[in-house]
Amino acid sequence: MELTTTILFYVFAAILLGSALLVITSRNPVYSALYLVLAFFSAAALFLLLGAEFLAWILVLVYVGAVMVLFLFVVMMLDINLARLKEGFLHYLPLGLAVALVGVLEMVAILWTNPLGKVPAPSPLPAQVDNTRALGQLLYTHYLYPFEIAAVILLVAIIAAIALTLRRRPDTKTQNIAKQLDVRPKERVRMVDLRGPRP
Amino acid sequence: MIPPLLGQWLILAALLFSIGVVGIFLNRKNVIILLMAIEILLLAVNINFVAFSRYLGNLDGQIFVFFVLTVAAAEAAIGLAILVVFFRNRRSINVEDIDELRG
Repeated sequence: MELTTTILFYVFAAILLGSALLVITSRNPVYSALYLVLAFFSAAALFLLLGAEFLAWILVLVYVGAVMVLFLFVVMMLDINLARLKEGFLHYLPLGLAVALVGVLEMVAILWTNPLGKVPAPSPLPAQVDNTRALGQLLYTHYLYPFEIAAVILLVAIIAAIALTLRRRPDTKTQNIAKQLDVRPKERVRMVDLRGPRP
Repeated sequence: MIPPLLGQWLILAALLFSIGVVGIFLNRKNVIILLMAIEILLLAVNINFVAFSRYLGNLDGQIFVFFVLTVAAAEAAIGLAILVVFFRNRRSINVEDIDELRG
């Protein structure tokens, strides 16, 4: 059992790192978005290994189902000149690699000196544990106020995204509801005398 | 159930974070891939949070990941909306063309 989870950890970690590398290096943004989907799937699998089932499924539903579809829509809607965007692609590679290397070295050095002490392996989760129920009990009691604020943030994001992208074009035919409600019978109905001339 | 040590999870998250940083440096002109690199950075942070939450036996880390996901989704939606508006006006998503404010 332990060996299986170790193997799964390394496999999913390798897939995650590989697909993340492909996200930032592939030429076409559509491929980048699809590799990002793969990266999120592997991360969800890693969350499952850590026993965070609720977050794993949220990651799949929200990210793969919503955010990445949004990315794909935008990538396909915009008619992008890829050649111009790729100019100087390798120009910044040495600088980027240097910064990343320094970052990794710093973090590995900190882990090497082991400031956390020996964190013992956690006790295995009991068989009947319900991650979603535990999270909900914490979220709806102790974290209720931040939860409400998160809801308001999402509402603001919805309104902002719609307000930014909505545009009224004068040449399209749309309903003007105020004008429709304001109409009078006299403006629409014309009484016609159909009796005709008398002989 | 948990085989790897905490340090292994932290090193994985550190590598993922630095991949995101390299992505920001490499794709300095393409705003879409910049947004994707930011998502990778947030994912690395989330892995750290979940690993700490599991190894320290404290669910607060997972709650925080929940909020990070919320804010990241809002950020992606608004960022892409701004991108669409900008593309409508300038026919380009090159970062170098975003200079009207003369910052």
